[in-house]
Amino acid sequence: MSASMMFAVARAGFRRHATYRQATVAATATNSVFGCLRAYVLLATATGAGGVAGGYTGEQLSTYVWIGQGLLGVVLLWGWSDLADRVRTGEVSSDLLRPVNPIWTYLATDLGRAAHAFCTRMIVPLAVGASLFPFYWPNNPITYLLLPVSITAAVLVCFCLRYLVNLTSFWLLDIRGVAMLWVVLSGAASGMYFPLAFLPEPVTALLYYATPFPSIMQFPADIAVEYGGLSGQLWRLGLQVLWCVICLALAWSVQRRATLKLVIQGG
Amino acid sequence: MADSVVRPYLKLVGAQIRSQAQYRTSFILDLLGQTVFTVLDFLTVFVVFRITPALGGFDLSEVLLISALAITGFTIADLVVGNVERLSFYVRTGLLDAMLIRPRRILPQLLAVDFQLRRIGRVALAVTVLIVAASAGVTDWTWWRVLLVVITPLTAAVFFCAVFILTATSMFWWIDAKEFSAAFTYGGRDFTTYPITVYEGVFRRLFGYLFGFGFVSYYPALSLLGRDDPLGGPGWLGWSGLIAAAVAATAAALMWRTGIRHYKGTGS
Repeated sequence: MSASMMFAVARAGFRRHATYRQATVAATATNSVFGCLRAYVLLATATGAGGVAGGYTGEQLSTYVWIGQGLLGVVLLWGWSDLADRVRTGEVSSDLLRPVNPIWTYLATDLGRAAHAFCTRMIVPLAVGASLFPFYWPNNPITYLLLPVSITAAVLVCFCLRYLVNLTSFWLLDIRGVAMLWVVLSGAASGMYFPLAFLPEPVTALLYYATPFPSIMQFPADIAVEYGGLSGQLWRLGLQVLWCVICLALAWSVQRRATLKLVIQGG
Repeated sequence: MADSVVRPYLKLVGAQIRSQAQYRTSFILDLLGQTVFTVLDFLTVFVVFRITPALGGFDLSEVLLISALAITGFTIADLVVGNVERLSFYVRTGLLDAMLIRPRRILPQLLAVDFQLRRIGRVALAVTVLIVAASAGVTDWTWWRVLLVVITPLTAAVFFCAVFILTATSMFWWIDAKEFSAAFTYGGRDFTTYPITVYEGVFRRLFGYLFGFGFVSYYPALSLLGRDDPLGGPGWLGWSGLIAAAVAATAAALMWRTGIRHYKGTGS
C-alpha cells in the first residue's frame, strides 16, 4: 500500500469519527468524570502514604490518571469489532479481494481515528485535569519529543491486539468470550486502574516484560510524568517499540492463517 | 389480578434463563468472566492499601465495608435493570416500537427480554465480601445495626436501579450519547466504593450530596462502625439511604414516563 493511499484512508478514518459529535462529547465528559474519581483516590493514596506512593508524587499520580483517561479514547481500548462483524456476515471476503492486505487498510483507518481522538478525547480530559488538579508538567524538554512516539506506539500495539482478538472470529465466529477476556486483561494489566508499580514487585516485572499491556497505557503515562528519569523513559519506549514489532508480526501471520481457513458460503 | 399482570414478565424472564442455560459452557464462562470484574473492583481496594495504611482517614476493614455495601447494591441493580443500558440499541433499531405496540408495560418488557442471569455471580461475590467485611469491621452489634446492614445494600440497589433508569432515559433525547450514562452508573459505583472524604470541593458536594451517592454507602457504614463523620454530619444520616432511594426512584419513574411520552421513534 502506497503512502498516499494510506494517508487517504487515514483521512477517511478521521472524517468518519468527526461526524460522531454527540458520541465524542459524551465520551470526553465520561472520561473527565472518571479522571476526577481516579485522581482523587490516587491523591488520597499518596497523602496516606506520606506524599509518595509507589515512587510517584501526588502530582505525578494525578497527571498519570489524566493521561490514562485521555489515552483510553486514543488507543480505543474497548469496543472495536469492525473486523469480527465483517467475518460473521461474510463481508470480509470482499476485503480480501482487494489488492491491498486488509491489515494495512484497517491500520490506516485506525490511525485516522486515533488522530481525531487525540484532538478531542485526549485534549479535553488533559485540560480538565490541568485546570482542576495538581498537575505535573515535564521538566525535561525531551519528554515532549518522546511522548508523541510513545503514544503512536501505544496506538499501534493496541490496534494489533484488538485486530488479533477480532481475527479469532475466523475460527470461533462468536468472539464474546475472547472479547471479555481482552476487556478484563487489558483493563487490569495496562495500568488503567492503578499504576502497576503498586503491585508486588514480581507481578509488576512479569506484566512489564512478559505482556504487551503496559505498552498501551502505563508506559506512555510514565513517560509523560518522567517516572524513573530519562533512562526510565528510554527503556519503556524501547519495550514499546519491541512490542510493536512483535504484535504486528503476530497479527500479520495470524491473519494469513485465518484467510487460509476462510470458507466463503455459496448462495 | 396482580398475578395476571406480573405473570407474562416472569414467563419472559423464565424463557430467557432457559435459553441462556442451553449453552452451558458459554454460560459458565460468562458467569466466571462477570464475577472476575467484581473481583477486580475489590482487588483495587486491596492494591491501594498495599501502598497506604489509611485512605481519607479510614483503614482497610472500614473502606472494605463501605465498598461491599456499595458494590452489593450495584451488582443487584445491575442484575435487575442493568440491561436498560441497551435502550439506545432498541431506539436506534426501532425494536422499541415493536414493544410499544404490545399491550404490556414497556420497562418490564425491556428488562425481561434481555435478563442476564450470569450477573448473579457478581451478587454472590459481593454479598460474601459484605459478610466478611461486616464481621471484621463491626464490633458492637445491636438490633438496629443488623437491620441497617440488611437494608443498606437493598436501598443502595434501589438507588442504583434509579440511576440506571434515569441515565437510560436521557437516550430518548440523546441517542448517540450512550457512553455518558456510564459516568453516573459505573462512576457512581466507583464513587461509593471509597469514603467521600477522599473527594474534595465541588466534586464531593455534587456527587456526594446533590446526586445523593454519599448516602448510599458512606453514611450507613459510619453508623455501622460507630464512627462520627469527619465532615461533621449528624448520626441519623446512617439511615439517609432510605430517603435517597425514595427520591431517586420517584425521579426515575417521572423521567421514564416523560421519556416514553416524548419518544417519537427514529424512523428505522
